[in-house]
Amino acid sequence: MTTRRLHFFPANLAALVLFTAAALAMLSWPTSALSQVDTFEFDTEVQQQRFRTLSNELRCPMCQNTNLSGSTGGVAEDLRREIHRMIMAGWSDQEIQQFMFERYGDFIFYRPRLRAETFLLWFGPLIFLVLGAAAAIAVWRKARSFDESEVTLDDAEKKRLQSLLGDRRRA
Amino acid sequence: MNRLTFFLPVVVFVALAGLLWRGLYLNPRELPSMLIDKPMPAFSLSTIDGQPVSNADLPESLFLLNVWGSYCLPCLVEHPTLMRLAEEGEIPVVGINYKDREELALDWLQTNGNPFAFSISDNSGRFGIDLGVYGAPETYIVDKDGVIRYRHVSVLDETVWQEDFLPAIAELRAESGAAQ
Repeated sequence: MTTRRLHFFPANLAALVLFTAAALAMLSWPTSALSQVDTFEFDTEVQQQRFRTLSNELRCPMCQNTNLSGSTGGVAEDLRREIHRMIMAGWSDQEIQQFMFERYGDFIFYRPRLRAETFLLWFGPLIFLVLGAAAAIAVWRKARSFDESEVTLDDAEKKRLQSLLGDRRRA
Repeated sequence: MNRLTFFLPVVVFVALAGLLWRGLYLNPRELPSMLIDKPMPAFSLSTIDGQPVSNADLPESLFLLNVWGSYCLPCLVEHPTLMRLAEEGEIPVVGINYKDREELALDWLQTNGNPFAFSISDNSGRFGIDLGVYGAPETYIVDKDGVIRYRHVSVLDETVWQEDFLPAIAELRAESGAAQ
């Protein structure tokens, strides 16, 4: 019984490690390497860089799976123009993000703000990982602490065990 | 107790699977609007026939605000419903002609019929951004105080009208009736 449980667990652990690795690989996969050629003019290199960063991190509301910089959608075009206008008018990144949030909500951010509504989105996977790890450790410790010598059987139980094991061998 | 912990993984799995299963059938396009229960953003534009129009010109009752464009095929699908509502006088419909050109918009209304009390021209899409519009068609319910109360993304056909809009409108009308 002891050995069976111990054998069972590492197989699970290997699966868990593989699954986690696959999940991490998927998470880090670039979402979009393409971007629309921008025809906007900037005074400084910094402004241009801010524009690129913002339009890469904001999501196109219409197409849903591309960022603003990668989308040809009408609303994405308008939002890029707005970002350009706001940068040139001297808005800070925070102000621009707030502008977007007030109109499109958390959805517009690829990295949503940490709020009560987005708590599960941010920490749900971590909570599941911790719960899963706790359960796995509990099972593992229980299996390890199982000591066969502590088990005593009376004659009737020994007989029943014999017949059960015998049945299994025949089956 | 032991039996309970034994079945706990199954219970957790079933609960999670149920949740995710439901998630599969949610419409990812139905996103909550940030403007619900907020006043309509201030605007000072013109109608598609060139008349100046601002918040003061909006109906002083519950009305529909429909985002449309002559390029927009789904708008043709919901058009008969909007026409019926206008003809039966069920609720005033105000249009926002979104990212379109006036002459094309006027042509479209000439060909298909005009259900709108008037259509606000938003060629640049700038007013659309203030409303949090993704694209035509979208329909909002705005109350007599100019506060946005409901939003529907994509086609407003008879089914959507019966199932979503009628209950929402009944509730809003009951609420404003009780307030008076």
